[in-house]
Amino acid sequence: MTFDLATIWAAILAFSIFAYVVMDGFDLGIGILFPGFAIGDERDQAMNSIAPVWDGNETWLVLGGGGLMAAFPLAYAIILPATYPLVIAMLLGLVFRGVAFEFRWRDPRHRAVWDIAFCAGSVVATLAQGMMLGALLQGIHVVGRGYGGGWLDWLTPFSVLTGVALLTGYALLGASWLIGKTGGAAQAHARRMAFQLGIAMLVMMAAVSAATPLLAFDYWRRWFAFPGVLLTAQVPVLVIVTAALFFRSLARGDERAPFVLTLALFALGFAGLGISMFPYVVPRAVTIWDAAAPEGSLIFLLVGTVAIIPLIIGYTAWAYWVFRGKAGVAGYH
Amino acid sequence: MDFGFDALTLARAQFAFTISFHFVFPAFSIGLASYLMVLEGLWLKTGKGVYANLYRYWLKIFAVTFGMGVVSGIVMSYQFGTNWAVFSDKAGPIVGPLMAYEVLTAFFLEAGFLGVMLFGISKVGKGLHFFATCMVALGTLISATWITAANSWMHTPAGFVINGKGQFMPAGSWLPIIFNPSFPYRLVHVVIAAYLTTSLVVAAVGAWHLLRDRTNPGARTMFSMAMGMIALAAPLQIFAGDMHGLNTLEHQTPKILAMEGDFEASPDGAPLILFGIPSQKDAAVHYKVEIPKLGSLILKHAPDAPLPGLKDYPRSEWPPVPIVFWSFRLMVGLGVAMLGMAAWGLWARLRRRLYDARWLHRAALTMGPTGFVAVLAGWVTTEVGRQPYTVYGFLLTAQSRSPLAAPAVATSLLAFVIVYFAVFGAGTYYLLRLMAHAPHAHESEPAHIPQRAAGLVPAAGLE
Repeated sequence: MTFDLATIWAAILAFSIFAYVVMDGFDLGIGILFPGFAIGDERDQAMNSIAPVWDGNETWLVLGGGGLMAAFPLAYAIILPATYPLVIAMLLGLVFRGVAFEFRWRDPRHRAVWDIAFCAGSVVATLAQGMMLGALLQGIHVVGRGYGGGWLDWLTPFSVLTGVALLTGYALLGASWLIGKTGGAAQAHARRMAFQLGIAMLVMMAAVSAATPLLAFDYWRRWFAFPGVLLTAQVPVLVIVTAALFFRSLARGDERAPFVLTLALFALGFAGLGISMFPYVVPRAVTIWDAAAPEGSLIFLLVGTVAIIPLIIGYTAWAYWVFRGKAGVAGYH
Repeated sequence: MDFGFDALTLARAQFAFTISFHFVFPAFSIGLASYLMVLEGLWLKTGKGVYANLYRYWLKIFAVTFGMGVVSGIVMSYQFGTNWAVFSDKAGPIVGPLMAYEVLTAFFLEAGFLGVMLFGISKVGKGLHFFATCMVALGTLISATWITAANSWMHTPAGFVINGKGQFMPAGSWLPIIFNPSFPYRLVHVVIAAYLTTSLVVAAVGAWHLLRDRTNPGARTMFSMAMGMIALAAPLQIFAGDMHGLNTLEHQTPKILAMEGDFEASPDGAPLILFGIPSQKDAAVHYKVEIPKLGSLILKHAPDAPLPGLKDYPRSEWPPVPIVFWSFRLMVGLGVAMLGMAAWGLWARLRRRLYDARWLHRAALTMGPTGFVAVLAGWVTTEVGRQPYTVYGFLLTAQSRSPLAAPAVATSLLAFVIVYFAVFGAGTYYLLRLMAHAPHAHESEPAHIPQRAAGLVPAAGLE
């Protein structure tokens, strides 16, 4: 592996996507779990805990899209038409969910309607993202410099599986986030949900991991050929250890550890994905070097990115710190 | 689903529809963010309660507007890939970094400090809170800068070479790409348009409440500030528009000829066509009312200067003339009306009748939405005027689209139309309801009532 510009950009984009997945993941998760919360205090605490930060979380998605277009324009031009209905569904889901934050508060008489919009928008956006991942892993039909398949090629049992898996994962992130942000009955409820979702998440991870190597011999060889297997085998081992720590922290009544350990599970899943895909950006069709923008574009954007991303992380961390502590039912005082 | 349109037409309709909706929100939030910064600054400086009340009043409106701008903006960032894949592949190396810089320098800044701005005053103190407001306002301006640079480059491309894969790539320095020939004019025109649009809305809201109670201090202050801004921005905008027109004549001659309706060349001075019915097919403007020599006077600042006509260019390079011709007249007509209202406001102010001039208040109320109409008309003029190209002179719109079947694009267009009308229709209703309630002395404190969270405060707390 050489550290050329394309590799550096692949790493930056992987970081943005991971930042998006874990940050918008927990607030989408709260949307997914929303109908399970009691109307009143429980829903209000859940909304309060994400209201000041969801906007910044979602910005990482815009960076993912914009960064992909800038750094790997060919991949952007192939993947988006290939997953067209999923992208549209995700965007419309995010529209509903984003405005619900404002509207349900502005319009108490129709609050129930905006609650449904918040939940349905979150579920649709998450399913679409998970299925996009599945569609990418199972391969995209490329002709020349464009997408060559039909408009429903992405719909397979595997993409449905990855969609449901992400739904479970985001819900788990949301539940374990709430353990840290709430107290009393709401916290006890979040803890019960986190336990059940933790089991479901492990089942889904196992299912996706088992199905991926069956999609193509490439994936099989990458995971199981000797001596690479000595390295790749660390991933499932670490998943088991992390899961054990997660359930122990739940049982001990820890407040922050469950969220941190869920993040660790996501990081391991993400690493597994990287092992399967690298160095392809469109698996088995387009490598990061095929898709990379000209050097002049990559360098120009790299200079700014390296300087600005730490600044963004800095003030984002500050914003989280300002709103630290439990989300009250009586708002911020 | 088959509506009898081809995928290209549908993709163009989808882009025009989604960006028109989106464009309305930034046009408002750029101006509003700066207005909030001024209000909070005045409050910190003078300690006068009326500024704090107005800040809280407009902050609620800003929160709703910003939320809708964010969600419709996310759609735009993926629209290039979904419907315009070939454009993305070819122009991505130039346009992509400009848009990515917008995200890095502007979106994160706005989103990061918005939470503090909306909910944080009692957590961070007045000074840091004002800082957050300034960062949000700065973010909206930085965002306008980058997106205008990207858009301007598509109109007046510079600083690039085309590689073997047909991609536009930077020829060396990025400065000629960012500071492309039309960028400075376009940026000034866009930012003033945003300020003017916001001032017109603020003036209309002030006028509405003055018509009901001319002693309301909040209504008086907002009306006075907004009318002052209109008096400043309206003439400035006409000047900036004129400069932009000269630039367009130089770099996009067929566009400006379509705006003017000049099919025939005018070797000894072009007239200004006030009205008429342009016909693309006949290559003529029927029933036209024109003022001799004024066209050359405006575009060349000399009455006898020769001007070419569209017939000097191949028909394949003509933009759709009637759309450009009419949208341009709509924009200019509204601009003149704004200038008229600005003069009327100044006259009323000099006579110390600003808060008592009922007809002025009625006029200001009527003019409230015209900024949005003018902004959209201006956008139609410039974007339709760029046709048949996406990258002017180099990449045809017809060659820019994704390899998608018409039913896929038709279905998604239908979904966008339904969802946008439902969601943004509801949002507009909430905005109007917020604006209909009079600003009073005990405007709810944003920091003490969670603006975005439900059920924490009884609904009565809002009223």
